[in-house]
Amino acid sequence: MAQNESEIRYLTPPTVEVKKKKYCRFKKNRIRYIDYKDPEFLKKFLNDQGKILPRRLTGTSLKYQRKVAKAVKRARHIALLPYVTDLLK
Amino acid sequence: MLREECIIHPFLSVLKSCKIFTLMKIIVLLRAKIIKKQKQLTIMLNQYETVFIATPVLSENQMKEAVQKFKKVITENDGEIVHEENWGLKKLAYPIQKKSTGFYYLIEFRGTGDLIEKLEVQYRRDERIIRFLTFRMEKHAVEYAEKKRRQKESGKTKEE
Repeated sequence: MAQNESEIRYLTPPTVEVKKKKYCRFKKNRIRYIDYKDPEFLKKFLNDQGKILPRRLTGTSLKYQRKVAKAVKRARHIALLPYVTDLLK
Repeated sequence: MLREECIIHPFLSVLKSCKIFTLMKIIVLLRAKIIKKQKQLTIMLNQYETVFIATPVLSENQMKEAVQKFKKVITENDGEIVHEENWGLKKLAYPIQKKSTGFYYLIEFRGTGDLIEKLEVQYRRDERIIRFLTFRMEKHAVEYAEKKRRQKESGKTKEE
C-alpha cells in the first residue's frame, strides 16, 4: 500500500509551480544600447538553432526586443553569430 | 524728475518705461537660439561605425596597407576618424567565400552620408574584403562606445 501511495504522489506533484514574473533585463539594468560585438551576450536571446527567441519567453520589452533583433542580425552579417546551426550552446 | 532719472539711470528708465524693449529682447534671444540650432545642424555630422573582414591570406603589411587605404578614403571625403580597433584574426561563425577565418577591423568616424556610398563602393571593388558592415550610430551607441573606451583606458592605467 505504501508503495502505491508513493506512486500516486509521483504522478500528481503536490506543489503547484509559482510563476516567476518575467522582466525586461534592459529596463531593469538600464542598458540603453545593445552591442552586436558581444556574441556571448546575444546568445542568451537565441535558441539552439540560432533563432531569435520570442518576447513571450525572454520577457524583453518591445522596445528592446527590436534592438536585440537588430544587434543579432548585425552580428550574423559580420559572422560573429551563425545564421543556421544545430547545438549552438 | 523724469529727466533727472534719465540722466542718472538712463538704461533703467528705458527698461521701465517701455515694454517693447523686453519684447525685443525676447525676440533677439529667440533668434539667436534658432541660428545656433541651424549652425549645429550644419556642423554636426553623423557618427558612423564600420567593420570589415579581410581575407586571412594577407600578410601583416598587406593588412596595414588595406587599412590605410580605407582610412584615406574616409579622410579624403571630409570624414573625421574618431576611433579604430584591430580585432585581429578571428574565426568566422560560418564560412564566407570558402574561408573560415578573417581579419577584423573597426573604424568609427564622423562624416556625411555620401561618404558612406563612396566607402562601400571601395569595399565592393576590393577583393581583399570579404564582408563589411557600416551603420549610423545613434546617441546611445555613441555613449556606449565612449564609455567602453574610457573603461579600457582606466583599466590600462590600473594595470600599469
